[in-house]
Order: sequence, then C-alpha cells, then structure tokens
Amino acid sequence: MATEHQTIEHHDEIDHDHPSDGRYIQIALILGVITAVEVMTYVVDFGALMVPSLVIMMIAKFGIVAAYFMHLKFDSNLFTRVFVSGILLAIGVYVAFLTSLHIFSS
Amino acid sequence: MAVTDERPLELTTGDDAVVGHPLGAFTRPTKTTGWRSWLTTIDHKKIGILYGGTALFFFFIGGIEALLIRMQLAQPDGQVLTASQYNQVFTMHGTTMVFLVVMPLAAAFANYLIPLQVGARDVAFPRLNAFSYWTFLFGGIVLNAGWFLGGSPDNGWFNYAPNSGLAYSPGHGIDFWNLGLLIAGIASLVGAVNLIVTCLNMRAPGMTLLRMPVFTWMALVTQFLLLFAIPVLTVAQFLLLFERLFGAGFFDPAAGADPLLWQHLFWIFGHPEVYIMILPAFGIVSEIMPVFARKPLFGYPFMVFSGIAIGFMGWGVWAHHMFASGLGPVSVAAFSLSTMFIAVPTGVKIFNWVGTLWGGKLRLTVPMAFAIALVVQFTVGGVSGVSHAVAPSDTQQTDTYYIVAHFHYVLFGGALFGMVGGLYFWWPKIFGRHLRDRLGWWHFWLMAIGFNLAFGPMHILGLQGMPRRTASYPEGMGWDFWNLVETVGAFMIGVSFLVFAYNIIVSRNNPPAEADPWDGRSLEWATSSPPPVHNFDEIPTVTHLDEWWHRKYREDDQHRMVRVEGVKSFTSPDGPAEAPHLPSPSYWPLVLALGLPFIAFGLLYTYWLCAVGGLLVIAAAYGWSLEPSVDPAAAHHDEAHHDAHDEVLEPVATTPEETTE
Amino acid sequence: MTTTAEHTSAAHPTEAHHTSTGLSNEKLAMWIFLGSECLLFGGLISTFLLYREVDPLRGPSVESLYDIPFTSVSSFVLLMSSLTMVLAVAAIKRGDQRNTRVWLMTTALLGASFVGGQVYEFTVFYREGLGYTTNLQGSAFYTLTGFHGVHVSLGIVMLLSLVVLSLRGRMGTERAETVEIVGLYWHFVDVVWIVIFTVVYLITP
Repeated sequence: MATEHQTIEHHDEIDHDHPSDGRYIQIALILGVITAVEVMTYVVDFGALMVPSLVIMMIAKFGIVAAYFMHLKFDSNLFTRVFVSGILLAIGVYVAFLTSLHIFSS
Repeated sequence: MAVTDERPLELTTGDDAVVGHPLGAFTRPTKTTGWRSWLTTIDHKKIGILYGGTALFFFFIGGIEALLIRMQLAQPDGQVLTASQYNQVFTMHGTTMVFLVVMPLAAAFANYLIPLQVGARDVAFPRLNAFSYWTFLFGGIVLNAGWFLGGSPDNGWFNYAPNSGLAYSPGHGIDFWNLGLLIAGIASLVGAVNLIVTCLNMRAPGMTLLRMPVFTWMALVTQFLLLFAIPVLTVAQFLLLFERLFGAGFFDPAAGADPLLWQHLFWIFGHPEVYIMILPAFGIVSEIMPVFARKPLFGYPFMVFSGIAIGFMGWGVWAHHMFASGLGPVSVAAFSLSTMFIAVPTGVKIFNWVGTLWGGKLRLTVPMAFAIALVVQFTVGGVSGVSHAVAPSDTQQTDTYYIVAHFHYVLFGGALFGMVGGLYFWWPKIFGRHLRDRLGWWHFWLMAIGFNLAFGPMHILGLQGMPRRTASYPEGMGWDFWNLVETVGAFMIGVSFLVFAYNIIVSRNNPPAEADPWDGRSLEWATSSPPPVHNFDEIPTVTHLDEWWHRKYREDDQHRMVRVEGVKSFTSPDGPAEAPHLPSPSYWPLVLALGLPFIAFGLLYTYWLCAVGGLLVIAAAYGWSLEPSVDPAAAHHDEAHHDAHDEVLEPVATTPEETTE
Repeated sequence: MTTTAEHTSAAHPTEAHHTSTGLSNEKLAMWIFLGSECLLFGGLISTFLLYREVDPLRGPSVESLYDIPFTSVSSFVLLMSSLTMVLAVAAIKRGDQRNTRVWLMTTALLGASFVGGQVYEFTVFYREGLGYTTNLQGSAFYTLTGFHGVHVSLGIVMLLSLVVLSLRGRMGTERAETVEIVGLYWHFVDVVWIVIFTVVYLITP
C-alpha cells in the first residue's frame, strides 16, 4: 500500500521545488481563465460539447488546485494515493449506485 | 486485574504530583493512577481496556435482548413480548451487537495492540484516541436512551425507509438510533485516521510494512474500510435526520423520493461494515494459530494481500442485500457475480490457516480452541453466504431464518469467537494475570455447543420458511421443536458468559503472568505483563517478520530451532535508562465528546441543550488545541531526547530466562 | 530511537519528528481525512443528481432560479481565496508574520464573501418560493450546498484562530505546517465547490 522511506527526513525544513508567489498568481490566473470559459457555456451554445467540455474543465481545475495549491505534485505520493483512493472509490461506488437506479438512462 | 488503583502504573518519569501552572484557567492533569486518571487517560492501553470493558458491558445488554427474543420464540404464539416490544428488542439487539460490541471490541484490540506490535510508545494522536472512546460511549448511551425516553428504535438495525420516517415512526426511537450512531460514527472515523497514521508512520526502525504482524495488517485494512464507509452512512443518516427534523422528503415516495436511496447508501456502508467486523478477528486468529502450532503463519504475504483484496472487493457487492428490492435483472446479476468472487480471498485465508496447523506442534489451549472454532464456524457461515450469492436462491432465503443463521455463524461464530479467543490470549499481557484454564474450557464448550444449538437449526427453519423479524409464529407450522432447541442453546451461551465473568473475577487471585507466557512471536510479548506505560524501555530495531521469535530462536546447522541464551525482553525491572518523554493526560477529549449527546438531545427536545453542547464543543476544541503537550513544570529528565539520532539499541538485559527449547 | 507520541503543542516547538515514512503525522492525517470527505460529498452530490430529475411537485425548480453570473462571481472569489491561502503559507515559511496575517485574513474575508453570497442566494430562492422542504430537488440542493457552506464556515473559524494566534506571537516558522494543514482543508473545500459549481449549476438537464 505505501512506499515508505526508511530514511529519515526533516520534512518540515526541506524546501521542495516550491512555486514562487509569482507562480502561484499565474496558476490562479489560469484557473480564472478556465472559470471564465466554463461560464461561457451558460452564454454560448456549445451543443453536444457542453457536458464533456465542462467535465474536462472541472477535472482540470480540480487537478491544478490539488497538484499546485495543495502541493501534491511536490509532496510524497502517499498523500496522492490516499486522496485519489477516496476520489476513485467515491466515483466508483456512486456511479454504480446511480446507474443501478437508472439515472443515466432516460 | 493488574491495572487498578492499588497498583500504580510504572511511570518512570515520576509524575504523580499535581502541578499547578495555569496557562489560562485550567491545569493539565498529570495523575496516572486513581479512578480520575481513567477519565483523563490518553494511554492507548487504558483506552483499549476502556473500549473492551464497555463493549463487554454492551454485550451483556445485547445478550439480554437476545434471550428475550429467544424466550418469546421458544414456543408458538409467544406471550413474553408484545409485537411492539419485540421489534424494539430485536432492533436493539442487532444494533448493539454490531455497533456497540463487535466494533468496539475490535477497536479495543487495535488500540491496545497496534502500538505494541509496531514497536511504538502510543498511537499517533493520543488525545484523539481518548476522544474516540468517549464519543463511542456517549453514542452508545444516546442509542439506548430510548429505553428510558419513550421507546427504542424498532425498525431493524438497518432502519429501512420509508418506515423510518415520521409517518410510520412518529416517536423518538428512530432518532435515538440515528443520533446515537451518528455520534458513534464520529468515533470510528476519527479512530481510523489515528490508527492509519500510527501504522504508516510510527513503526519501529526496520519494521517494513511486510514485517508488520498480521493482526496489525488486518486492523489497518479495517481502518481504511471505516474511513471510507462511515461517511456514506453519515450521508444517509443526515438525510434521515433532516427528513425527520425538518420535513425534507428524501425517502418519502409521496414527495417523489426513492426509498431505495436509503437501502443503497446504507448497504454501501453496510457491506464493508461486515468486513470491518470480521477482519480484526481474522487477524487475531492469524496471531493465535502460529503461536500454538509453533510454526510461522502459512503464506504471510497471501494473508496480507487477501485481506487487502477483501477490503477492495467488499465495496463491489453491497446490493446483494437488496436482491429482493426490485433492482432489476442487470444489477442483480452484476452483484451476484461480484459476491461470488469475494469468497476467493476468504478461501485463501481458510486454506492458509489449515496450512499453518498442518505439521505444526499443536498445543490445544483455550485461545487455540476459539481460533479453530472461528475457522470452522466461519466456513459454515461462508458457505451459506455463497448460497445467498446465487440470486434466485437468495430470493427464497431472504428475510427468513436462513439469513439469520448465516450472519450469526459469520459474526458470532466467526468474529465473536475470534475476539473471545483474543481475550484469553492477550489477557495475561493486558492484566498481568492468566485466566484460569479449566474455567476457560467450560466457557469454550458451553459457548460452542450453545452457539451451534442456537443457530444451526436456523438453517432448517429458514428453508422451511420461517420469516425473520416476526414476533411470534403460529402453532402447526412444524417449527416448534427447533425453536425450543435454539432457545436452550441461547441460554447455554448465556451461562458460558457467566462462567467467563466468574473466571475474570477469580483470576485476580492468580499469580502474576510472565512477559511471554505463550512463547509468542510478535513484539507485544517482548515487554512486561502488563507493559509499562511507555511500552518498551528501548524501542527495538526490527530485522524480521515475527521479530520477537527471531530474537529468541536461531536455526542451527540442522535447521532446528535453538533457544538463544539469555534473551532479553525490551523491558527491565529497573526501568529505562532514560525516561521516555510522554504527553500528559487531558480532560478535553472527554469534554469535547460530552458536547455531542447534548447536541443530540437538544435536537430532539430543546435547542438550549444544543447551545450547551455547542459551547462545550467549542471550548473543548480550543482548550485541546492550546494546551501544552506536557505540563511545563513537570520534571524533564530527558532533555537530551530531543536530539533526534538513530540509535541501534540492544534490548536491556533482564533476569535470565529459561533457555530450554 | 524513541518515537515521541504526540507533537501538537505550544510549549514545545514542533520538531521534525521521526516517522517511518518521513512524513508528518498531522499532514498525513489531514490527507487521510480529506480522502474520507470525498465519500461524504460524493454521497450528497449523488443524492442531488438523483433528485434533480424529480419534477417538483410544488414550487419552482431549483434550476429555474439559478443566477449563474452571480454564482460565477462567488465561485471565482472562492477560487481566489485558495490563492491567498497559499500565499499565507509561503509567507509563514519565510517567517513573515505580518503578511501571513494579511493573507490569512484575506482568505477568511474571501471565504466569508462566498458564504455571504450563498446566504444571499438562498434568501432569494426562498423569496422566489423555494424553501428547504418545498420540493425534493430543493431539499437536495440546499443540503449539499449547505454542508459545503458549513465546511467553509468552519474553515473561516480556523483561519481567524490562526490570525489571533499570530497576533499573540505564537505562530513562528515552526508552526508553518499548521497553516499548511489548514490550507489543505481550505483547498479541499474549494475543490469540492469546483465540482459542485459544474455539476449542480452549469450542467443542467
């Protein structure tokens, strides 16, 4: 389940690749742009592309916040695994349940 | 019992004085003896004992409820209980046994053993650990409040909608079920976070994950199951709470709702829940059998991975509890298949236990008997389980006594037998005294025979069509004989536990137990019985699975096990060379937990109680976060400890132990 | 090597305590907790998805009441609060007490604006005829967004508590991880909103 490091690290003290403040602001701007495009779907008709593009943008924002703001990209992948387990389990179980209740068939 | 007021714990840091150094209004407690120390303890061992003792108390209550059921059903047209009383009794029996007995017993073992087995001094978050215990206790109290406050829940332990709504259950009974279990759920969730971090982060040097004892592994998988399953139940419970408190129509067909929502959410929790209940017992058996077969566990990696596999696969089978609910053929077929597959990793375990015994030097002790009984009885329950997996046959079996037989065989014949075996096995370690052997055998045989008499015939009655959850059955169905047999069996079980209680009481006079009375394999046997408050004088460096065994025995040239001379435990009678630095007790966990039942009762009776509870919670949260980890005035003999360096520590020499093989 | 059992104290500065994975206990605990929260919010979102399909038996449908421009601004505000949160963490790591407080306060204020926006939105819906129990869709909507709002509010309380601790000089660089962990919780709450905004507001049947 876990890749453990037997070496002892003074984890709090070590600075990993750490986005600078400027970088964080850039990332926030990207998130803002994506949000703007999302809101566009309310105004402009994307047709059949609406749902897929919204889902993709949602996943992109989720991933960016998790990877950069929550620092997952730079931290131990144990954190990622634990978090992703929760996400995947939730999706798996709830999609199965909603499917069983025929929610996806019209 | 070793741990009492009369025998203070060996706290070598010498903190018995109450030191007054207010940081704010209240001082942090420091006493570790006396009855008040149990209220403020953060020691995982004491907390484990609290969990176990409370679980046994609730077992007594759930047992009385069972005997009431059996008295009612001993004869046709029973008059012992009214239908309404019967519904309450069987609901509370099931809810109690699941949430207030088996789960906390597992928590007791996990709390007591995990730090010892991984070579740590305590869990990752000791105060959070205490909070879990108190929260569980208060949840159990809220759940049982109905006996005194107008009626207990009466809708089955699974509490299906829409019967759980106000229209059909206007009293507060269902609310006690809901709120009591919401509170208890917090305990489990918080405990899961705590123990997962403990297992991942607090292992002794050299203890890789695949050198952890199997009990710790099974407990770890169980914690992950709890972590992810409890929130699903929480969702269902909040929806029900808002339905009952505010009139939201989440499960009300009249509002357009689908009552199956409850069933799905409940069983998405409920199926992992049964693995939560059995995996710790599987872990216990995996500890007991190798010791009394004098052989390592057969196929340790398979045992670990099958446990993990059960954990994963357990998420994919929940709707097998719903085959008769109108799911439709596609869902039914899918869940039927997945349910059949889950028998595979469990089968692997059964074979591995048999493989452990095969060719071993067997010692038939009381704990070994309970462990073997689990394997046999769980197999019976597992086989009936496979028959339920076949959806067409389940349609016949569901809601009959055949199902009751199945789950009692796996949960009582399996989990509870395993846990009682664990009690006999670890009792000398925990309390420093053995339980008496002869009484133990009486307990075992009365329990085993009683159990099989009580639940075996249920297979027959179920297939003959006797329905579950009905308060009485009419004459002339042909069910009378077996029902009477079952009642006799149930009372035998009751007697067996009276024997157990008597054993516990008289064992206080037994001579003190050695550190390693069974010639054990894992680290908890490498320290005194009971362990000192700091667990080990020196934390060992681990180089093997079954580390303690490998310290005691070496293989000679002819591959025979030879006992190593003068092998030392990790605890000396003089105490550790340097006093370990342990956090002080705290009363905030108790206070925070106490706020919760106030909030619960407040939601039902008056919002003023909610306000009181809320204040307690907020005050305790801040008090907890801001109190120092040890009383600053307490003497620190060990300032040097704060330099972190690796020391490979040799175990401290003790009085020479017998070195015969 | 002794493993110390607990490390959350004001009297003892947090040391880089040795753990088997080299990772901090508290941080690992927060990530584990966030994993479990996925199941909680997943359940509430699924309940909403299930019940949004149910025609309202009375009252307006929740979708008919959405004010997407308003909610978009609200969502943007919450997103930006994540930015200010990471800036707060960066500040405390540098030992910059003042900016730590500035960014923490800003995060709290942005969060409060978000919650304020929610409250306003709910009030408008209520006036338009959608109470908590008016119809099933509405109940599911309010429950999901309400749970989220409570989570945000708890986050605001934690942020303000950190500001107060900082004002009292109890938040040196050794406490950077505490801020980081509160940040993780905050970002999670933001990330849940990212999902809710898309699934509840933007993707309508």
